[in-house]
Amino acid sequence: MKTVFTKFTSKFSAVIVASSLALAGSTFASSAAEDEGGTPHYPLMKPVEQSWSFAGPFGHYDKAQLQRGLKIYTEVCAACHSMNLLSYRNLSALGYSEQQIKNYAAEYEVTDGPNDDGEMFERPALPNDRFKGPYANEKEAASANNGALPPDMSLLAKARAPERGFPTFIFDIFTMYAENGADYIYSLMTGYQDPPEGTTVQDGLHYNPFFVAGTSLAMANPLSDDIVEFDDGTKSTVDQQARDIAAFLTWAADPNLDQRKQRGFIVILFLIVFAGLLYFTKKKIWSDVAH
Amino acid sequence: MSGHSTYNPTTGFGKFMDARMPIVRLVHDSFVSFPVPRNLNNWYTFGGILAVMLVSQIITGIVIAMHYTPEATMAFDSVHLLRRDVSYGNTLQSWHAVGASMFFIAVYIHIFRGLYYGSYKAPREVLWILGVVIYLLMMATAFMGYVLPWGQMSYWGAQVITNFFSAIPLVGDTVREYLLGGYAVGNATLNRFFSLHYLLPFMIAGIVVLHVWALHVTGQTNPTGVEVKSKQDVIPFTPYATVKDAFAMVVFMIIMCYFVFFLPDYLGHADNYIVADPLKTPAHIVPEWYFLPFYAVLRAIDFNIGIPFTDIVLIDSKLGGVLAMFGAIAVLFFVPWLDTSDVKSANYRPTYKIFFWLFAINAVFLGYLGSRPAEGIWIPLMKASTFWYFLHFIVIMPLLGWFEKPLPRPASIADAVLAKSSSDTAESQAQS
Repeated sequence: MKTVFTKFTSKFSAVIVASSLALAGSTFASSAAEDEGGTPHYPLMKPVEQSWSFAGPFGHYDKAQLQRGLKIYTEVCAACHSMNLLSYRNLSALGYSEQQIKNYAAEYEVTDGPNDDGEMFERPALPNDRFKGPYANEKEAASANNGALPPDMSLLAKARAPERGFPTFIFDIFTMYAENGADYIYSLMTGYQDPPEGTTVQDGLHYNPFFVAGTSLAMANPLSDDIVEFDDGTKSTVDQQARDIAAFLTWAADPNLDQRKQRGFIVILFLIVFAGLLYFTKKKIWSDVAH
Repeated sequence: MSGHSTYNPTTGFGKFMDARMPIVRLVHDSFVSFPVPRNLNNWYTFGGILAVMLVSQIITGIVIAMHYTPEATMAFDSVHLLRRDVSYGNTLQSWHAVGASMFFIAVYIHIFRGLYYGSYKAPREVLWILGVVIYLLMMATAFMGYVLPWGQMSYWGAQVITNFFSAIPLVGDTVREYLLGGYAVGNATLNRFFSLHYLLPFMIAGIVVLHVWALHVTGQTNPTGVEVKSKQDVIPFTPYATVKDAFAMVVFMIIMCYFVFFLPDYLGHADNYIVADPLKTPAHIVPEWYFLPFYAVLRAIDFNIGIPFTDIVLIDSKLGGVLAMFGAIAVLFFVPWLDTSDVKSANYRPTYKIFFWLFAINAVFLGYLGSRPAEGIWIPLMKASTFWYFLHFIVIMPLLGWFEKPLPRPASIADAVLAKSSSDTAESQAQS
């Protein structure tokens, strides 16, 4: 019994000594830990902050930008990436007319049925159909891409948010920073480069220091100058394309953003007025009581 | 404390009801004429805020349940279709998710207020223990609620947390299987968690009733820590406390709405926007922020405790971690007896006050450590911080009561208040 106790106490005193040393050195050691620590930390480079029309309390989507983004999605991304949570009818938020949406949807064939004969049949997609993905199922998608499943893009702008780190994450509350996903997509799209010397990249992977889960990813650089021709005459540079697809994916992941921010502004304005009234009521009521 | 009822039914119907089921009298005595100390500060408004938060979570939760599909292949999409296609669904879902976080912010402030003003001391031990039970139920409810959207963090969080139970000797694996409804987290788990997530808030509501009942028997503490002695010390709940709580509630709601409408994802985790995948483990599995301190405690125990010079392991690191984690909550139950000081308020306990703030800083730091990976420098820091957490309750609290010399306390609440207000007037007169 006694030995158990001594072992226990010796262990604990060791812990105390070690930890007080650790506490003393923590300020400089914490950054050192990242270097010596077991698992390396990705992304190697944090997303570069961009300015977005949808940032801040009065942020709203730029419809022209979203239309350009849709074109990039349709002509480039949609070759591999699905967008399962979106319906064609959602495109009205981009400023398209009902007829334009019908035409856009009609370019895709979807399986419907069974009909009265009990048979499945193909028909052109309607506005209330979900976006048709490039593959029949995830297995086919993975197999067509050497086993690397291209992720569904509906929520990608929310699902990719590299850690902001201390103390930035505290400042983010006050700066209302919520564009991590858009910054990430923009940075990834413009971040393809030759690997630095000494870094080996596996066959079939592509080096990109902005990638969230490693040094390189299976997707090759999808963008290049003039790969898409914009209908509004905007110059089709990689930078412009990256910016537009990031905005489009942000909209896809958070289509109610405009409405949410407007609603929030009204709600908070109301609450501030209400709080003011309550404050003076309270002051009046408590005026006859020392407290 | 609740004293004599002052309710006086005036209408015929009032008299009729009062003789048969005096519910109006109950409400009147509890929330209108109920005497509260006149010197309560704003930290005392969080009880009311918590009650509102519970109701808000239940109402939004019931509506969300109307749109939610508790089935493993459909749960994720059903949450997102609610956000996209249902009128106000986006606000509703954010309100519920952010509401859970705000609920915990409020409960942590409420608990720390209790620790600062000695709200657990005689005769309020039962009141405190009921509060800890509510806190435990809240944690269970929040954990199961977080599983329901069926994202990656939902799934893997459930995997990690249900694994704790397998650390229990002999019956652990059986308990875990019953909890999961199988050998791994799956559709059966989702179904029972949904059922329990719907049940537990009503159990919380039941214990809240007991909590408020106990409070109304003993009366509230106050910043002086001196018990109410005369009518001079108190004011009626309505209008004084009512309007004060209402103001605090609206201010709290402004902060909540800021997150709901402008930073709805700030308090969550990005990985939960990826549908649960049993074959793909996220790089870092972290619980929601309000569990992080306990997650750090769990991972701080990475050593086996055994009989020295033999290979016999009494408590392996897994069981040790789980025991430490549950111990970190269980220790709260014993706080009324661990604190040996008669003085309630930390305002009159100069040494305890310092240790209180050290404890608070350490608790926040422990939360930060909980978000760090268990490697490198973080492990010894987790150990040190965990050690301090327990040291505070088990050693510092009992010892301070014996060694600390408290400051002189006012004779009564009224004395304290009048001394303060007369010095205020003296000051303002001196200035003018």
